[in-house]
Amino acid sequence: MSNHVEIKNAVIRFAGDSGDGIQITGSMFTHESAILGHDISTMPDFPAEIRAPAGTLAGVSSFQLNFSSYEIDTPGDQPAVLVALNPAALRANIMDLAPGGAIILNSDAFTKSEWQKAGYASDPLADHSLSGFKIYPIPVSSLTLAAVENTGISRKQAVQCKNMFTLGVITWLYDRSIEPIKRYIDKRYSAIRPEMAEANKLALQAGYNYADTVELFTGKYQITAAKLPPGVYRRVTGNEATALGMLTASELCGRPLFYASYPITPASDILHELSKLRHFGVITMQAEDEIAAMGMAIGAAYGGSLGLTGTSGPGMALKSEAIGLAVMTELPVVIINVQRGGPSTGLPTKTEQADLLQAMFGRNGESPVAIVAPATPADCFHMAIEAFRIAVRYMIPVVYLSDGYLANGSEPWRIPGPEELPSMRVKFHRDRDMPLPYVRDPQTLSRPWIVPGTPGLEHRIGGLEKQDGTGDVSYNSRNHEIMVGYRAEKVRRIAEVIPPLTVSGPETGDLLILGWGSTYGAIRHAAENARNQGLSVASAHLKYLNPWPANTGEVLGRYKHVLLPELNSGQLRMLLRAEYLVDIIGMNKIMGKPFLMTEIEEKIQTILGGVRPLKTAAVTC
Amino acid sequence: MLMNEQATRNEHVQQYTRKDFISPEAVRWCPGCGDYSILAQMQRVMPTVCAELNLPRENIVFISGIGCSSRFPYYMNTYGFHTIHGRAPTIATGLAVSRPDLQVWVITGDGDGLSIGANHLLHCLRRNIDIKIILFNNRIYGLTKGQYSPTSEKGKKTKSSPMGTMEAPVNPLYTAMVAEATFVARAIATDSDRLREILLRAARHRGAAFVEVLQNCNVFNDGAFDSFAEKAVMEERTLILKDGNPLIFGKNGDKVLKMRGGSHGLEFEVAPTAETPADKLVLHNEKSPRNYLARLLTTLDEATLPVPIGVFQAIDRPHYGAQLQDQIAMARKRNGPGKLFEHLHNADTWSVT
Repeated sequence: MSNHVEIKNAVIRFAGDSGDGIQITGSMFTHESAILGHDISTMPDFPAEIRAPAGTLAGVSSFQLNFSSYEIDTPGDQPAVLVALNPAALRANIMDLAPGGAIILNSDAFTKSEWQKAGYASDPLADHSLSGFKIYPIPVSSLTLAAVENTGISRKQAVQCKNMFTLGVITWLYDRSIEPIKRYIDKRYSAIRPEMAEANKLALQAGYNYADTVELFTGKYQITAAKLPPGVYRRVTGNEATALGMLTASELCGRPLFYASYPITPASDILHELSKLRHFGVITMQAEDEIAAMGMAIGAAYGGSLGLTGTSGPGMALKSEAIGLAVMTELPVVIINVQRGGPSTGLPTKTEQADLLQAMFGRNGESPVAIVAPATPADCFHMAIEAFRIAVRYMIPVVYLSDGYLANGSEPWRIPGPEELPSMRVKFHRDRDMPLPYVRDPQTLSRPWIVPGTPGLEHRIGGLEKQDGTGDVSYNSRNHEIMVGYRAEKVRRIAEVIPPLTVSGPETGDLLILGWGSTYGAIRHAAENARNQGLSVASAHLKYLNPWPANTGEVLGRYKHVLLPELNSGQLRMLLRAEYLVDIIGMNKIMGKPFLMTEIEEKIQTILGGVRPLKTAAVTC
Repeated sequence: MLMNEQATRNEHVQQYTRKDFISPEAVRWCPGCGDYSILAQMQRVMPTVCAELNLPRENIVFISGIGCSSRFPYYMNTYGFHTIHGRAPTIATGLAVSRPDLQVWVITGDGDGLSIGANHLLHCLRRNIDIKIILFNNRIYGLTKGQYSPTSEKGKKTKSSPMGTMEAPVNPLYTAMVAEATFVARAIATDSDRLREILLRAARHRGAAFVEVLQNCNVFNDGAFDSFAEKAVMEERTLILKDGNPLIFGKNGDKVLKMRGGSHGLEFEVAPTAETPADKLVLHNEKSPRNYLARLLTTLDEATLPVPIGVFQAIDRPHYGAQLQDQIAMARKRNGPGKLFEHLHNADTWSVT
């Protein structure tokens, strides 16, 4: 009989070849964790190559899950358990494993040729290089083949079931039932590939039984359910939540959603999600290129739909001229940029926050747009609605800056009720006595949305400078300055309808850690940990980046130091310093990976320990 | 939503005249520009288009890119959108697909449509988006003051090619054909009656209509089409395509265009009509779905053979917007109309109390 050890959270990383089904294994275990009431946060990591040569470092795919009995917002700094299906998966991930952590590995894969392929000079299982960890070698391949041998599937297919075997082992280790996973397999696969569904269930059961029988592990771990606010929950990735939020915005506005996009990592899942929504009247078009996608969204917005396009950095570069057209014609379009490592093609599957200045300034002329950025995967739902709320109210293009980490990461999302959503019905201008397309609303400075088909209001718009009021072409120099001023002031006034910047922790004090985008979880928890150690540290998160909440400058002024961790070289820091003349300390990481909590905690110690910030390349700036 | 409102209103479409389509904006093309004629014919044909298609003026939108021709929407008293260089087909696509109640025209030029925007033109045609594309071809860049265009003949000397261009020109109609365009036509700006007729045919077409209008730039490329478009030679040098008719042209139809197979492959030649038996004449069939003849007719050597004018191809194929509406109807039949909160909950959910 095994011992039961109660723990508060667990960080597990599954790793294998990109063809090993690592992402699906991680998803299934995550799904079960969420259903059991844990708070969860996940981080998938996969190569840009679809199938790099098997067994090589280039082909390693991984999935990290943090599940807990308390509220979490990060996938965890260091996994305590690493599941490695081959030597390459071990070698690519071992440096992240917590000291003394557990490695569950497929011993069948540790042949000489395999460890050589992974770049090991000697067998890592024999050379004591893993002596600081607990090793659990299991002949996963051969046990899986034996478990499924009577199902009639091919050997190749049988080998593919080994991820389910390891899932069975892990499920046992955390003292869970495998029944929900079996049901999940049935639901997803039994109709399409019944024989594979059966084999996967057999492999899962075999893994579970193996762990139960063989006295490999000294005990099981138990984690109680987290105390999340009451409500109905589901698990969402950032891209899923973005798609759901955009759909919701369309329903709230009473206008159809039109999404045009050119496939690009890591934004394509938004196109896939929205393409399933024909019954809502959602129109999706796979455009011939990024420029066309932007043009189509503008055309749809001109016609009265919610025009939306989505891309990543390189696509953003291509769209910039057309975004300028939307600025000039003052049409409500939303541009999703799921940021990835740049410049150029960069690191397609890795995360980064380096497109902020591109969103702010990446167009010719004085060309301001509004910018919002979600903080967590679930927050993508809320910020997607915000993007359109601003776009239609101010008749302005809005850039929605997500990133690869948010897009593919997941967490529980409490599904809101109708009463929790903003009211944002839109009205088109139909008044024939007021046929001027550039007469502005005195409060928002927005121009009227006049759609073709409205009798008596036929007019012409375009990319040439507009005459104030009439919208006719105007080359008048004074008028140009007035119009540039209107377009800038319109963005500034958005601050009137966005929530103020709020702070967690002390209202004044020694240090404020400010963040934006996906750094939210690491910052919040690092600040919390510092407070628990008696330090005066607060955190705040900017979800509106242009304009900033009206109280931003005031908040920054209340602390002795302000630290701004960013996954770039200091883009928001540059903007805030220019605006508020506050000497913000930068913390910058450009490694295609999110911040670890410990990195931020170390930085807090450096600042509050009276030591001047060190100038090391990776972390400090 | 909008479609239903429109359907009701369309029952009372008023009678328009040419004046209803003249915008208050002063026309600013160079005096003598071929664009004036195209504008005039468009304004003249619009009342017929509206009456025939039961279309109110407010449901007509002209969308253009950049270039001399792209100023066109400012002069039409309809909805208009002067967009950015080469991208008009994309904006028109977004509009036409999301607003099937509108009639969307794209006005473009040889540089706008076939150089910077060639990609969009190709995809717009193959998707068969329900828009009417009028490409003004003057074989020169006018707005930037006289550089060669993608349709300029090889060897053309311009400001940017003082020793002559080294590029083969692109053939607009052949390009449209290989892009699977469903409606392909050519007109001459000064040949006003026929131009009007072709614009009307384009307006009637459901799907992507592509019309090349040969248009003289009297400032930077004067006389580009004189060798066949001048009144005096037009009858001898152009072949007016008529559906169901043989390829005859010239004074009293005395010449016929024939195909001849031989050691050089397939060739066209001109022969006297009188010497050709009626049963040997090939007939033009603009509705043939595999219209090899129409494709070949877009490639005739302008120097040695007549220049075909008229509708090369007009075939029925479901347009993108219609197929999309079918998919929406099918999805609603299958899943019921979308219900937001049901959809948000349509996943593996759990309750926390």
